[in-house]
Amino acid sequence: MQLRVDKLGVIIAALAAYGAFLAPFATFRANRIVAGEARSISEALPPVWATVILLFVIAAAIVAALKTPSPLRLAIAFSTIAALALGIGAAAGHLTPPENSYARVSPASGFWVLLFALGLLAADALTRLRPSPLVRVLFLCGVLGFVAALLMSGTWDGLSLLKEYASRAETFWAEAGKHVMLALGSLAAATIIGIPVGVLCHRVPRLRDGLLGVLNAIQTIPSIALFGILIAPLGWLAIHVPGAAAIGIRGIGAAPAFVALFLYSLLPVVANTVVGLAGVPREANDAARGIGMTDFQRLAGIEFPLAFPVILTGIRIVLVQNIGLATIAALIGGGGFGVFVFQGVGQTAMDLVLLGAVPTVVLAFTAAIVLDALIEMATPNRNQVQSA
Amino acid sequence: MLRLPNLFRLLALAALVAFLVQPQWFEPLLRPLVQENAPAIYNQGSLLQLTLLHLRTVAIATAGATVVALALAILVTRTSGAEFLPLSRSLVNIGQTFPPVAVLALAVPIFGFGEKPTLIALFLYGLLPIFENALTGLTTLPQSTMEAARGTGMTGRQRLLKIELPLAMPVILAGIRLSVVISLATATIGSTVAARTLGEVIIAGLQSNNLAFVVQGGLIVAVLAVLIHDALQAAERSLGSRMGR
Repeated sequence: MQLRVDKLGVIIAALAAYGAFLAPFATFRANRIVAGEARSISEALPPVWATVILLFVIAAAIVAALKTPSPLRLAIAFSTIAALALGIGAAAGHLTPPENSYARVSPASGFWVLLFALGLLAADALTRLRPSPLVRVLFLCGVLGFVAALLMSGTWDGLSLLKEYASRAETFWAEAGKHVMLALGSLAAATIIGIPVGVLCHRVPRLRDGLLGVLNAIQTIPSIALFGILIAPLGWLAIHVPGAAAIGIRGIGAAPAFVALFLYSLLPVVANTVVGLAGVPREANDAARGIGMTDFQRLAGIEFPLAFPVILTGIRIVLVQNIGLATIAALIGGGGFGVFVFQGVGQTAMDLVLLGAVPTVVLAFTAAIVLDALIEMATPNRNQVQSA
Repeated sequence: MLRLPNLFRLLALAALVAFLVQPQWFEPLLRPLVQENAPAIYNQGSLLQLTLLHLRTVAIATAGATVVALALAILVTRTSGAEFLPLSRSLVNIGQTFPPVAVLALAVPIFGFGEKPTLIALFLYGLLPIFENALTGLTTLPQSTMEAARGTGMTGRQRLLKIELPLAMPVILAGIRLSVVISLATATIGSTVAARTLGEVIIAGLQSNNLAFVVQGGLIVAVLAVLIHDALQAAERSLGSRMGR
């Protein structure tokens, strides 16, 4: 068998070698705020662990650098990532002196470089394998399940990030709830209102240009400003409209954040509804009219199903964008993961920043994969309908 | 020929410049937004200076992002870089799910406070739309044109410079425009990590409960974004019509 070199793989292998041998694997700090000391893989782990991890990394580097089948590349990437994930937990146990609750151990640059290199390898293999939408979602569930199992088993409990979590577990879940509520709630509101408005815009071209112009202009207002500007009208509402305060409308907090996210969400929903409806083939409409369908039947039975994938694409854009933007809500007291991010930035506590940023990224990423899969599953129906 | 939309743009530009140079003129307009004794015009620094710093940050980040994104896009669309093409597409998709705040917050521990993490975050975030559009532009060139170029004996370099890049330019410029508009708004968040941008005005307003600050900071950024967006679009159009037949 002739061995051939994979260009991308060589870069991945070089990155992995740098991460494993030159960069520190873990950082040890005597307490939460002092500067850290770097520890390499062999220093951070018991000899057996260090050997196993290095063997995994070397195997992955060789598989990456040569032209090898995608399933093998994927398998070695994931098993090495799993070994690293277990290893960093073991490093925390190994480095923390017994009975010391102040010492902090966190992953260092070498760990992140390795993770990035292996992530590239996995992403490349997955891209080449072109899994079906369902398989992608199952894959995602598998990875999330693995992470959940690690979290619950306590493997990572010695890590600094988890210590930050342990000291604010209750707040964490409260903020997580607020974050999801903000992102999903504003999306739901924007969908319920945006789709009918989109239909209306499709039917009345004059309205379309004006309204899309206004919605476009809203998008240009920076998020922190829009959040801030809404404090005033909502505060006024709370004071002057009876009952408004009782349902949670207040000047600061979640209400202006919700309204701001809703306003940002409208453009993609309305615009994609308009584009989707405009893309419905004329023949489909003519045929529907020919068999005597009413306007509403045509909308519900023909136009809407055909436009659905495009509308769903709009919803995906909004969801991913909202999950990210909801972090800003913390600046006006709206809660969400941003609370930890901005607290962490204020205290220059990297782990606290990560406690807010990592769940946000995971949420956004999960939402993107799931909705991309849904969009892909919704699209073939279009061909069936068209050919029918 | 001064059509109505252009007249509006000119007026907006004039108002913006006037506001930046002589903010006191607008004081009566913003006065109703604040309590009795609070200042209605940002008084902790010059609005003009902050605007220029804001624009500078965006310009540097976008220029860097353009160079790198374009170089990468050219690289992965050559035959020798074809192995990177599928992965680079997925990376763009994955990268765009990263919230800008997260990128910014994660850059702080590495690069410290101030302008650097903001520049890095804007640069990384700005890469994606430019790279995506450059890829689209360079991979959807008409087959017949490419055949013809090859047929006339052009070298790979000549084809790239004389055929591929000019043909893909409108799509690439659209990517740069998108990137600039996103960066203009995202730069304001940089002020949460002490970068000197217009976000400073907004955050000062949020902290001292001064709505006038929030409104003026937000409006300056919004007007800048709209004007720059329209200007770039006009530039694209004129470039497109000059090239098109």
